[in-house]
Amino acid sequence: MEINRKNKLLIGLAAFALLLLGKLFYIQIINDEYKKDASNNSMVYADIYPPRGVIYDRNGEILVGNSVCYDILVTPRDVPEFDTLALAEALDTTADFLRERMAYYRKYRSRIGYRTVTLLKQVSPETCMKFAEKQYLFPGFRSQMRSIRDYPFNAGGNLLGYISEVNSDDISKNPEYEAGDYIGRTGLESAMEKELRGEKGYHILLRDSRNRLQSSYLDGREDKPAVPGNNIVSTIDAHLQQYGQQLMEGKVGSVVAIEPSTGEILAMVSSPGIDVDVLAHIGEHYDSLSRDPRKPMFNRTVMASYPPGSVFKLVNGLIGLQEGVLKPSDRYPCNMGYWYTRTRRLGCHAHSSPLDFESAIATSCNGYFCYVLKNILENGKYASTADALDAWREYVLSFGFGEKLGSGIPAELGGNIPTSDYYDRLYGRGRWKFQTIVSLSIGQGEIGVTPLQIANLAAIMANRGYWYIPHLVKDSENVEIDPKYKERHYTLVDTSYFETAVDGMYKAVNGGGTAGGTALAAAVPGLDVCGKTGTAQNPHGEDNAVFICFAPKDEPKIAVAAYVENAGFGATWALPVASLMLEKYLTGDICPQRRYLEKRMLETRFF
Amino acid sequence: MSTKGAYSYDRGLRQTVDWWLVLCYLALVVIGWLSIYASIHSTGPESIFDLGSRSGKQFLWMMVVFAVDVVILFVVNPKLWEVLTPPAYIVVLVLLVLVIFLSRDVKGSHSWFELGPVKFQPAEVSKITTSLMLALVMGRQGFRLVSPRCFLQVALVIGLPMLAILGESETGSALVYLGYMFVLYREGLSGWWLFAFAMAILLFILTLTAGWWLSSAILTAVCALCCLMLLRRRWKTSSSFRRGVVRRTVLAFVAGAVLIFATRFIFENVLQDHQRSRIEVLLGMKEDPSGVGYNVRQSMIAIGSGGFSGKGFLNGTQTTFGFVPEQSTDFIFCTIGEEHGFVGCFVVIFLYVFMIYRIMQDADRSREAFTRIYGNCLAACLFMHLFINIGMTIGLMPVIGIPLPLLSYGGSSLLAFSVLLFIFLALNRQENKYF
Repeated sequence: MEINRKNKLLIGLAAFALLLLGKLFYIQIINDEYKKDASNNSMVYADIYPPRGVIYDRNGEILVGNSVCYDILVTPRDVPEFDTLALAEALDTTADFLRERMAYYRKYRSRIGYRTVTLLKQVSPETCMKFAEKQYLFPGFRSQMRSIRDYPFNAGGNLLGYISEVNSDDISKNPEYEAGDYIGRTGLESAMEKELRGEKGYHILLRDSRNRLQSSYLDGREDKPAVPGNNIVSTIDAHLQQYGQQLMEGKVGSVVAIEPSTGEILAMVSSPGIDVDVLAHIGEHYDSLSRDPRKPMFNRTVMASYPPGSVFKLVNGLIGLQEGVLKPSDRYPCNMGYWYTRTRRLGCHAHSSPLDFESAIATSCNGYFCYVLKNILENGKYASTADALDAWREYVLSFGFGEKLGSGIPAELGGNIPTSDYYDRLYGRGRWKFQTIVSLSIGQGEIGVTPLQIANLAAIMANRGYWYIPHLVKDSENVEIDPKYKERHYTLVDTSYFETAVDGMYKAVNGGGTAGGTALAAAVPGLDVCGKTGTAQNPHGEDNAVFICFAPKDEPKIAVAAYVENAGFGATWALPVASLMLEKYLTGDICPQRRYLEKRMLETRFF
Repeated sequence: MSTKGAYSYDRGLRQTVDWWLVLCYLALVVIGWLSIYASIHSTGPESIFDLGSRSGKQFLWMMVVFAVDVVILFVVNPKLWEVLTPPAYIVVLVLLVLVIFLSRDVKGSHSWFELGPVKFQPAEVSKITTSLMLALVMGRQGFRLVSPRCFLQVALVIGLPMLAILGESETGSALVYLGYMFVLYREGLSGWWLFAFAMAILLFILTLTAGWWLSSAILTAVCALCCLMLLRRRWKTSSSFRRGVVRRTVLAFVAGAVLIFATRFIFENVLQDHQRSRIEVLLGMKEDPSGVGYNVRQSMIAIGSGGFSGKGFLNGTQTTFGFVPEQSTDFIFCTIGEEHGFVGCFVVIFLYVFMIYRIMQDADRSREAFTRIYGNCLAACLFMHLFINIGMTIGLMPVIGIPLPLLSYGGSSLLAFSVLLFIFLALNRQENKYF
């Protein structure tokens, strides 16, 4: 080719064309960065929130459902001048609120940029409809559907727990959560979070440069639908739970009812508790709840540890029988109590004396069980009282005391059963003996148990010696519970010894006036109720009232434990609650001659 | 091209019209029309013919322009253009000046006449008249570019409309006139001028980015090297030649040095704010993703996301949803880049380059100086628009608002380029017919 000026120009042209094509080749083929930017630019992954799993009660009633509400979103950049008053009216809010928000958005406009932010949360469908009618007047505003928890039954606020938006802590712990997601905070919502939460999906939307959504990408073919959370069936009986809450209203304490043959918790009342109405809007009430001196958010059934009181005599008695240091026919004197030193007496109430084991249970004789524990701890089989105490502790632990039961309820406590080391530290090695710790024999002193553990004791008595871990969730279609809940745990006491103790419990209720039974008021015609009262001394004030019972005596269907704080004798306050619940569950009603009890319980409020 | 005798009088349309050019022209216009439709697709015109939308309007314009093309090619005697040139040139020049005072401010520039619904930009027409005038002046018998008188004439022909357009604040359009430099080169301007111009740009950029010492060093090295190479030539070495070489080298060096030290001043005081920030963004001196950098960034994202074969017609996500500003006018190339990928870009650039090549070939073959010079002017205009526009969309050039010829939306631009091209085709046909 001739090198003339025309050809030089042509070469120049080719060079410039190659320069353009080279740069195009680089940005279109070699460099990937632009493709990523493009999808960030133009695609919006709009979350589809899955409905959280529904919680049913054991009979198929919905305890926790979902209802629809809306969040009102706003893209401040797209908002022109608008009629603040009209929007305030459409949204059921005040013009001042809107003005303040818009001023805030304006102030931080550079930080917000083209983003969409939430203006109002959890707006009712009615309000949202009102807004939708006028939405065309307010460009930049839109609504987004969310589901919130809905509680058809006012039952089980504390055990159900609440959900709230995740905070930065949750996100750093569980990276699968994103801001705006909800997470179960307490109770079942928290324990069953994995099952309930479901899986978020997304719509891919195309947006334009001003962040206005245009259309769905590929007609939604690439969208991912949300997977709803699994429904769970709780072991709770909604009606029983509700009834228990009514009975406990105005009292501080807890009631736990367990189905002994399965370990399923039928009702679990912690009073004062959280109303379900409050649960749905926990955010608004959180402050007042956490400031309440009676701690309504505190789930006493598993988070409070109390001395069990006289109900613990059952355990001591059974251990004595198993250890061979007590025979059911053994009688011990009770002279208004037990003189454990020459000057010091553990008092008792008036009853006939001496008594055998069965009657001692029925009358809840303190003196009798002091002898029993003395025999256990001063057993020649063991080298020392300390060894005997540790052996005793092993027995007690086998009843589910002293360690967490493993119910899966959040924040469950284990309670406390003292070891010999503990007393060694307290008094010095060898510096203590039975007399030092005599109060253990009647369930006082250094023993701490939770109401759930007491209820479990009731279930053990009902089962004559074995128990299942009390739990709140049943097997259902999609959810299988941990096999540990189906495992029988036997106590270290032979099952044959239980019959006598149960007879004692039966006698306490049904023995009639002559037998000196402490729980006569718990008797329900037609139901062979067995029960044991307790009155636990409380260093903080009035005694705590305790009562455990189960019925029917043979093949029991329900075991209940009630623990009412600062209420005096167990027979007076805890007994009616437990026995009314038991009756309600078994017969569905309260028989006429016991209506007075119900009335008294419903009307009495300590606060 | 011709197999028949050189003096044949019966050559038909097939031989006389450069159909390759017409084909490229039609292909580009149709591609432009489809791209305009693609770029406004999301805002909803049902049909590409919807007259309320840009694609429909463009279609109307196409029909008008095609009719004009046919008239120019077959009806008007091409000699008419030569006759009309001086008055047309003067009228357009007057319009260019008038528009400064009579037009509304559109984004800071005063370049549009608005007569009711019809908008008209004299700067577009000025390319035609300037090219014609340049061809007329330079095609005269006895025109010698090296003579100062002739050079001054040429400088005036190019410079006057350029100044007027600068006065309209249409710097981009004015830059296109620099392309006439290539025509002058073709007609005998020393290549050193092109070299000097390229050096000036290089020095300007280097001074801004790397600092004055580096550009001074390069200036010194280049001047010394050129001087030495010229002096070492064995032939044609007379003392006057040597003296001339040294004198010019010193002159160039001084000019370069002045440029280097004036760079900052020019940059900060002569250039307008938006021009300065566009250059800053291009040279990477400033990150400005939301302001000036936004356009370029979005444009590069759109083109880059097209990949090898693009996302498919109407499937672009960036261009259809308005991330790219001015997407149907100045940034129309983004639509092609995104929806048709590298392949589409290659095809479009190839069509242009082939057109320019073809025009230059035809011009070169022409026996009339007027046709030759006019053809080269046309090629230069096309090239400048092509390079500046596409260079801007892919971050090779600063953002300069000029349309991509034949592709961008806009009737006056389409009409101007079509007339520009078809006058050449008519001139070319004339020659093919009679020679």
